[in-house]
Amino acid sequence: MTDPLDDLKDIFDEELPKPRADHRAETLTRAMARFDEKNSTVRQGTEAALRQTSERSPMGRLKGVLTMMMNWNTRTILTATTALAAVTLVAVLPVLNMAPRGSVPASGGGVLEMMSSEVPSPSMRTTASSDVLADSDFDVVDDGVAAEAAPLIAMDRVIASAPPAPAASPRPSATSSRKAPTGGSGALLGGGLTSHSAGNMGATQQIMLQPQLDAPQATTQDTEAFPEAEANPLKVTTEDPVSTFSIDVDTASWSILRNSLNRGMLPPKDSVRIEEMVNYFSYDYPAPADSAPFATHVGVTDSPWRDGTQIVQIGLQGALPAERPPMNLVFLIDTSGSMGQANKLPLLKQSFRLMLGQLTEADSVAIVTYAGSAGQVLEPTQATDRATILAALDRLSAGGSTAGHAGLQQAYDTAKQMSEDGEVSRVILATDGDFNVGISDPDGLKDYIARERESGTYLSVLGFGRGNLDDATMQALAQTGNGMAAYIDTLAEAQKVLVDQLTGALVPIADDVKIQVEWNPALVAEYRLIGYETRALKREDFNNDRVDAGEIGAGHQVTALYEITPVGSPARMTDPLRYASDTPSTTDSEELGFLRLRYKAPGEDTSQLIETPINADLAPLAQADWAMAIAGFGQILRGSDLIGDWSMGDAIALAQGARGEDPFGYRQEAITLMRLAESLSQ
Amino acid sequence: MRMDVDLESLARAAADGDRQAFALLVERVYDRVYAYAVRLTGSCAEAEDLAQDLCTALPDKLHSFRGEARLTTWLYRITVNAARDRFRRRATYARATEGWGDWERARQADQAEQQARRDWLTQAMGTLSVELRETLALVLDGVSHAEAAQVLDVSEGTISWRISEAKKRLRALKAEEANAEVDE
Repeated sequence: MTDPLDDLKDIFDEELPKPRADHRAETLTRAMARFDEKNSTVRQGTEAALRQTSERSPMGRLKGVLTMMMNWNTRTILTATTALAAVTLVAVLPVLNMAPRGSVPASGGGVLEMMSSEVPSPSMRTTASSDVLADSDFDVVDDGVAAEAAPLIAMDRVIASAPPAPAASPRPSATSSRKAPTGGSGALLGGGLTSHSAGNMGATQQIMLQPQLDAPQATTQDTEAFPEAEANPLKVTTEDPVSTFSIDVDTASWSILRNSLNRGMLPPKDSVRIEEMVNYFSYDYPAPADSAPFATHVGVTDSPWRDGTQIVQIGLQGALPAERPPMNLVFLIDTSGSMGQANKLPLLKQSFRLMLGQLTEADSVAIVTYAGSAGQVLEPTQATDRATILAALDRLSAGGSTAGHAGLQQAYDTAKQMSEDGEVSRVILATDGDFNVGISDPDGLKDYIARERESGTYLSVLGFGRGNLDDATMQALAQTGNGMAAYIDTLAEAQKVLVDQLTGALVPIADDVKIQVEWNPALVAEYRLIGYETRALKREDFNNDRVDAGEIGAGHQVTALYEITPVGSPARMTDPLRYASDTPSTTDSEELGFLRLRYKAPGEDTSQLIETPINADLAPLAQADWAMAIAGFGQILRGSDLIGDWSMGDAIALAQGARGEDPFGYRQEAITLMRLAESLSQ
Repeated sequence: MRMDVDLESLARAAADGDRQAFALLVERVYDRVYAYAVRLTGSCAEAEDLAQDLCTALPDKLHSFRGEARLTTWLYRITVNAARDRFRRRATYARATEGWGDWERARQADQAEQQARRDWLTQAMGTLSVELRETLALVLDGVSHAEAAQVLDVSEGTISWRISEAKKRLRALKAEEANAEVDE
C-alpha cells in the first residue's frame, strides 16, 4: 500500500490554488509601505544606521556618466561656460503642493511609536544555548501577529553580537548601463544583499566582497546618475545684478533623499536639489485673484544661518480651476525584468489604482509598454471602465530585456489620437531607469520629446526603485517634455503625487515660467540663489519666448529663496573694489530688487510679463521659517560652505518651531529625516 | 521547495533597513505563508488574509528574528502562531475545526478524476484534528520532524506520533472507500 502521506503531498502539490497575483502584489506593496514607515521612524541612533555613515562619494561615481550628462544637459554646460557673463543657474524642480483632498494615510503617522523596539541592546550573547532558544521562541509564539514587538526588545538585535559589517554599499551592484538595461531583478537584488550583509555571512561571500569592504560606498556599485551642478555661488550685485532661472515642479529629489536616509545613508550630494525639497511642502500662499493663472508673493526675513544677511522668498501660487479639463493619459510603462521588484511594477500598479479613483468619465487612459511585452496593452479607454483598465494592468508583468520598440513614439501617437480640443494630453513614463524607449541616441530622444512638446502633449516621468535610477535623465526628459519628474518610493508618496495633487500634476496652467530678479546695488551688496542649480537661464533667455522653461500645474506652488547681504552689512564676504566705483549713485529707492516673471498660457506662443518690486520692508511670507529650515537642511546635505557653522541641530530646531498644523504629517516626517541625517553624519 | 539558506542574511539585511532585501524576503514569505495556510485550512480567502496579516506585520517582526535560529523555523513559528491567533479571534476557528476547504467549490469540475482527488483531499483533511493538520501542513512542505517540533513547541516524539496517527486515519479512510466501492 502506498504511503497515504505521499498521496496527500502529490495532491497538495498539484491541486492547491496558487496565490492570486493581484492580492499578492497588493500585500507586498502594503508590506513595503509598512517597512518604509517603520524605517523612517526607527533608524536614528541604531547601530545599524550608524555603521553606514561613511559618506558617499557621488563625484567619483558621476565621472563615469559625465559624458552622457553633457549630452543630456546642455543647459548645464551653457551655464557653466557662460557663468562669467552672467546669470544664474539653476535647476530644478518641484513641487506640487496644494491642499490635498481626501484623507491621506499620514506617512509620518508612525513617528510616535518610534523607538519602541529600537533601543539598541548590544547583546553579550554570541551563541545561544538551546534553553535560551527555547525560551525566546516561546515568547515569539505568544506574540500575536498583530501585536507590536515590544516584548522582544531584549532579544532584539542579537545579531549585533556578530562583528559589525563594514560599511559596504547596500546598493545593488548592477552592472547594467543605460544602453544595456539590466537583465533581471535577481542579479540586482543579489548584489545588494551580499554586500549588505557581509558581516554575517560565510567566508565565501566575504572573500567575494573584499574589494567592496576595502572601499566602502564603492563608486562603481550602482548605475544611478544624478545631475551634476555646483551650488549657486555668491554674486556681487554691482558685477552681476541679474539672476534668471526657470521654475519647475518636480518632487523626485525629496523622495530620493527620504529613501536614502531610510536606508541608512546620506543621499548622494548631487541628488539633493534644494528647490525640490522646499517645494515638496505646501505653504499658505493666497490664491490668485481674478482670472490670473497664478499669484506672485514676495517676503523678506532675516537669514537664520548668517547674521547680517536676509532671505528673500518668492512664492508662486497657481490657480486651481473649479473644474478641471478632461485628461488623456497615456502610460508608458517599463516592463523590463528589473521592474519585477515589489517596489517597482507592483507599486506602480497599486499607485495606478489609487489614481484611477480620481478620474472621471470624461478622462481616458491608455497603456503602452516597452521592453519584454510589447506595444499597446490598453486601447484608449474611458477612465470609468475600471474593469477593463484593471484587467490590462494585471496582465502587465516584468520580464525580458528592453526591446527596441519605439515605445515613446507609440505613446505619443496614441496621445495624439486621443486628443480633442480643450483636453489635456500627457504621456506618463514609469520606469526604474532604463530609458531605452526606442530612440537610442539621447540627444535624438530629447529632440524628439521637444518636437512632440510643440504638439501640445506633455511628458511626465515617474521613477520607481533604486539602484538603476537615472535621475538625471528623468529630469532632463520631464524638463524637455514640459512635465514633472516624481519619484515614487512608497504608496504614501503615490497618494500624494497621483491622488492629492493629481490635478496639479496633470493639468498645466502656465508654460515656460521664467523668473528674473534684478537686484538693486544701492541696497544689496551680494546675493545668491539657493537651489535651482539645474534650472539656470541666461539673462537674454528671459525675453526669448523660444527658450523653454518649466510649466506650472493647477494649484502648484513654487518657492524660491535668495540670500542677500545688504550694503553695509558686516556679513559681506567680498570687499568693495578700490578703483572701480562699487557703490553706484545712491537712489532713494526702497526697492531691494525687481522681480519679473514671464509665462505663457498653455498652447500660446507669446509670453506675458508680470512685474513686482521687492521692497525692503516686506513682511515674511507664511511659513518662511519652514522654507528656510528645509533650505538649510539641503545646504547642509550638499556640504555648502556658505552657511557658516549652522548645523543640522539648528535646522531641526527651526523646523520644529515652524511645523504648524501639518495635517498629513509631511513636516513631521521631514523633521524625523533631519534627525536621522544628523545621526548619520556624526 | 526549501527556503534558501540565504534567507537568513536577507532577513538581517532587511532588519537593518535594506529595502531591497526586505522586498525579496517578503515575496518569499508571502508564498510560504499562503501555501501553509491553504494546506492548513483549504481556504484561499483565509490564506490570503493570513498572508496579508503576516507580511504587513513582518517589518515589525523582523527584529525578533535572532540570527542563530533558522529563518524558516522562526517564520513557521510566527506563521503557525498567527494562524492560531487568527482562528482563535475569529469564528473561523470553529469552522476550521469542523471542516477543511472551500477552495475547490469555486472551481469548475474540469475533470472528474481531478475532482475526485480533490474530494478525497477535502474529506481526508476534514477528518483530521487541527493539531494533525498543522503538523501535516509543515511536514508536507519538507520540514523535518525535528524542526516541526521546534516550530510547534512540542517534542519530536509528538510529531512522529501525530504523523503516524495521520497516516492511520488516512489509511482507514482509503479502506472505507474501497469497501464502499465493493459494496456498490
